[in-house]
Amino acid sequence: MLNKAPAAPNAVEFADLTLGYGSHPAVHHLSGGVRRGSLTAIVGSNGSGKSTLLKGLVGILKPMSGAISMAAGQRLAYLPQQSELDRSFPARVLDLVALGLWSRRGLFGRHSKDDKARLMTALSAVGLEGFEDRAIDTLSGGQLQRALFARVLVQDADFILLDEPFNAIDAKTVADLIALIGRWHGESRTVMVVVHDLELVRQHFPDALLLARAPVAWGKTGDVLHPENLLKARNFREPWDDSAPWCGGPNAGHDHDHDHDHIHDHQHHRQRDHGHHHGHAAHHHAQEDVSAPPHQVQA
Amino acid sequence: MTGPFSLLVEPFAAYPFMARALGGAMLLALAACPVGVFLMLRRMSLTGDAMAHAILPGAAAGFLLFGLDIVPMTLGGLVAGVVVALAAGLVSRLTVQREDASLAAFYLISLALGVMLVSMRGSAVDLMHVLFGSVLALNDEALMLIGVIVALTLGALFAFWRALVAECMDPLFLRSVSRLGTPVHFLFLGLVVLNLVGGFIALGTLLAVGLMMLPAAAARFWTSRVETMCLVATGIGMAACYAGLLLSFHASLPSGPAIILVAGLAYFISLLAGPRGVVRQRALPHRHRVA
Ligand SMILES: Nc1ncnc2c1ncn2[C@@H]1O[C@H](COP(=O)(O)OP(=O)(O)O)[C@@H](O)[C@H]1O
Ligand SMILES: [Mg+2]
Repeated sequence: MLNKAPAAPNAVEFADLTLGYGSHPAVHHLSGGVRRGSLTAIVGSNGSGKSTLLKGLVGILKPMSGAISMAAGQRLAYLPQQSELDRSFPARVLDLVALGLWSRRGLFGRHSKDDKARLMTALSAVGLEGFEDRAIDTLSGGQLQRALFARVLVQDADFILLDEPFNAIDAKTVADLIALIGRWHGESRTVMVVVHDLELVRQHFPDALLLARAPVAWGKTGDVLHPENLLKARNFREPWDDSAPWCGGPNAGHDHDHDHDHIHDHQHHRQRDHGHHHGHAAHHHAQEDVSAPPHQVQA
Repeated sequence: MTGPFSLLVEPFAAYPFMARALGGAMLLALAACPVGVFLMLRRMSLTGDAMAHAILPGAAAGFLLFGLDIVPMTLGGLVAGVVVALAAGLVSRLTVQREDASLAAFYLISLALGVMLVSMRGSAVDLMHVLFGSVLALNDEALMLIGVIVALTLGALFAFWRALVAECMDPLFLRSVSRLGTPVHFLFLGLVVLNLVGGFIALGTLLAVGLMMLPAAAARFWTSRVETMCLVATGIGMAACYAGLLLSFHASLPSGPAIILVAGLAYFISLLAGPRGVVRQRALPHRHRVA
């Protein structure tokens, strides 16, 4: 592409990305880009690779093949599905939320008066004013989730990744958190959220990525959540197959192009219609990194 | 004439070896107690004990080669401790085995090696000295060594405080914002070894753990913030050193066990009377507010 974009239009690009565990792919041959400032729901059944994709984005999991290229200079905030937060740790809600200052202050930077104000603003934005001195082991599940959202707020990130943030959260809190996500979207931050409630996705998320290990569809939510796609996503084989053939290697990989036809069509379509810039290198299955271990096709 | 002065101050004023013992032990408490708090909060309370055993062969090797000389014994202990900590950490990161199991394997090997080494040349008395030390025998070299260890520890704690807290409280979060997680874990294990070695000079390998863990465990009952917990633990540790030495002086008891027993007493008092202890949490009548 020769057009000189002022800044990279995409917050991140996936180039034939495969992520997984051992020899088994959990996200298989994903290509495309996430526009800056977009709000994307990641949907798919259990085990379809949603959490794995976010771990790859955060850098906790290294690609088995392909690449993730983040646009430079972005601050990232990540809310994992299973927080490893030690709730018995002696800390107040304020201390928990203050962890979010890390990206701004790092290891040594002193917390300023402004920072304290920022923490209080974040707490009141999630409806936790008055909780600042509470010990974290005394919070209910929903209160803790809101405190974690406050921490994301404090992180003031350009790129926000939330993994199933609405699990076991009451309707009112979901509405509050959705409003917060809408606010981030309004502030042109890039947001990706794993959501199970399709109604919620249709109402609040302009874009969606439907995963079933391989991407099934990616684009405007209305198109992605088409019944045909949902059926396709539902039929994906969840268990690993230890006798599955190896994927990739020299000249290999075109034998399962049909898996990707839909998404590629879709992306080209999107590019025409909405001027989105998507990388579309997915047809080149030869691995750039020769040292990467092979992985199995099916699972 | 047994006024409060002669009872509480004179032993340290009149006997230089007592003053040294007090200085060394208090210095040690300054660094070892906060380290103990983090060990406890990371659910690694028994790791200190394992590491203390791991130090033994290094100290014994130093003793075999140079006799009862503090510096080689300390350096030997340091090397042995670091080797065991690294080996256990690596095994747990590279294999399915968890760190507690690999640590148990390595420290037991290390301990057996240590006892074997001492018995090759030394006597039971020497072994007792290595195992139980003597805070009363602190010479200038030993005090200096303890001073260096304390300075290093406090410096590292201040510098990496935020990372240590984050790594304890929410390791996955730390990984998402920084690469410091693993380095900080190993740095922390290094501090544990360093302080156990420092404690071993004064208290012997076995009792060094006591000064690290008992005040920390006691402090848990008094506060629900890490910062205060470290301060409370340090206070308890220092008080135990002072009271323990006095006790050992007046009752002619061995100094190391006296210090640790006083710390143990502080633990029981905290367990019972602390705001988060048994009595306040369970026994007092429950009244409630309207909100
Ligand atoms: N730590 C792990 N080790 C091995 N396999 C894993 C691990 N985490 C997830 N998996 C497997 O990877 C696949 C995708 O998991 P995940 O991304 O968590 O799915 P989900 O879409 O439900 O978030 C699943 O088959 C799961 O069993
Ligand atoms: Mg998941």
